[in-house]
Amino acid sequence: MAADTLVGMTRIDNNPSEAAPDAAVTVRGLVKHYGETRALDGVDLDVREGTVLGVLGPNGAGKTTLVRCLSTLIAPDAGHATVAGYDVVRQPRQTRRVIGLTGQYASVDEKLSGFENLYMIGRLLDLPRKEARARADGLLERFSLTEAAKRPARTYSGGMRRRLDLAASMIGHPAVLYLDEPTTGLDPRTRNEVWTEVKRMVAEGATVLLTTQYMEEAEQLASELTVIDRGKVIAGGRIDELKARVGGRTLRIRPADPRELRPTATTLDEFGLTGPGHATVDTETGTVLVPILSDEQLTAVLGALTARGITLAAISTELPSLDEVFLSLTGHKASAPQDASPAPEEVAV
Amino acid sequence: MSTATVTAPTAPVADGRIGLRGNLRHIGALVRRNLLWIRQDPESMFDAILFPIVFCLLFVFVFGGAISGTHNRHAYVNYVVPGLMAMMGMNIAQGVGTGFNEDFQKGVMDRFRSLPISRGSVLIAKIAVEIGRMLVATAVLLAVGFLLGLSVSNVPGLFAAIGLSMVFGFGVMWIFLTLGVVMKSAQAVQGMGFLVLMPLQFGSSIFAPTSTMPGWLQAFTDYNPLSTLADAARGLMNGHEPVAHDVLMTLGWSVVLTAVMAPIAIRKFTTKS
Repeated sequence: MAADTLVGMTRIDNNPSEAAPDAAVTVRGLVKHYGETRALDGVDLDVREGTVLGVLGPNGAGKTTLVRCLSTLIAPDAGHATVAGYDVVRQPRQTRRVIGLTGQYASVDEKLSGFENLYMIGRLLDLPRKEARARADGLLERFSLTEAAKRPARTYSGGMRRRLDLAASMIGHPAVLYLDEPTTGLDPRTRNEVWTEVKRMVAEGATVLLTTQYMEEAEQLASELTVIDRGKVIAGGRIDELKARVGGRTLRIRPADPRELRPTATTLDEFGLTGPGHATVDTETGTVLVPILSDEQLTAVLGALTARGITLAAISTELPSLDEVFLSLTGHKASAPQDASPAPEEVAV
Repeated sequence: MSTATVTAPTAPVADGRIGLRGNLRHIGALVRRNLLWIRQDPESMFDAILFPIVFCLLFVFVFGGAISGTHNRHAYVNYVVPGLMAMMGMNIAQGVGTGFNEDFQKGVMDRFRSLPISRGSVLIAKIAVEIGRMLVATAVLLAVGFLLGLSVSNVPGLFAAIGLSMVFGFGVMWIFLTLGVVMKSAQAVQGMGFLVLMPLQFGSSIFAPTSTMPGWLQAFTDYNPLSTLADAARGLMNGHEPVAHDVLMTLGWSVVLTAVMAPIAIRKFTTKS
């Protein structure tokens, strides 16, 4: 399925061969085979400077292959990619100077202490001894690892290791940071720890390409999303855009007086304001659910209810979960835990 | 905090070429890593320290009498210590593959390969450290040898013998580096190494003169580089046997091993994903 058949959902809309002017990473038609399998089957994407692009897909979708191509670890079979203006195939040495990589498995040296890990990478990045030491100390402090600085990394907890891994990928002030499934296999608390760090890096202006199979993670960290499945981009765009376009929204209305539940529903049906479906009454929560497609419709609903003199206690819109988005895009469920609950957005009370 | 922001400007990138000084700096950082490993678990030096002691004592006292007669143990010390020197290099070289393989399993290698360093410096640092370990093992072996009455009549020859076994160890190391990259697990590397090493070590003149072996085996032992290295080391240390042939044979083996295996190891290493 070509990306452009999903009307208006790709940001690579008009001319896929043109890089967006502010793109830090540009990928065009990237292909990588492993025998018969096409791990990447013509991937196009852009990561704009100072933004986080989430690359979402189930296991085996080609996310890690993509990151490995972009970090010069493997050569693509076709297509091309540039990072900060450098061609990853023809200019691998320059590319390596501008990237930071945090792999799926924490790639720190377990036998070395946290400090020695960072110091070594500083030296490998050509920092003078003194600077490498200062940078290591600074990053250890930033990632709350100062107390553990002298202990071998193998004594670290899962979260500490990932934090050390993140610190290691930041030593060279990379123009682009790849986070390849940074929280896979972490418990929820530790995952939050990592998220907090990533959010902080993003707030400071880092450009990040994040792969994940957790819907919730993409929602938390990324501003834009590329959904890939079996090596192909199946959708792309801003997260809220994507969710709105695929599933529409659900409006949840709670009348102040529970006896007005049914009148509320009938009113909306009468006014023809129920979008693609019908208003349904949820007596348990005392709310009426209405599928809506646009902001105008939302406003009209409020107008109709006001005209009938129905007082509202609460009103909220719910976006479909990314799980639902994925399901409707690929026709099959993403192999991620069902952790993506709809996030209600209170719009009025 | 101010030293640790994310968005400090990226240093300008020229053509990304790494000069000699850069390479040396990288190798230095990687050697330091390997030395810190040793400090972390000193057990990793057991092969370099205990091995020469145990083998030297074992061979001198268990086989020495049988081979050279009980009154002639000194002669056997002089015979077996240069032989064990040849063996030491092989045993240390075997470890390089195992350590290397573990690096690939852990993903540290991905980190290295995504850094702007020459991929060869990872290999060279590893080799430098292993050569250092070989020197330690040789020093321990010689110390035990001297305690047991080893006599060296040609001191420059002794250093030449040490140098020669390092050169040969360097050549052998490439085999194990290749195995380390190609093989799936550290255990496989070890098993494979054992399979290669055992016949080479025992089918040689390291422990006993080859004159009592059957003809077909002698044909093998005569070309076994461990025999030529052991014989060369003996000749160099006692200073009154012609060594030119053995030295040249050993150097030839080292050159061939390096010429064949180094490109394979480097190729496998750079393309391994």
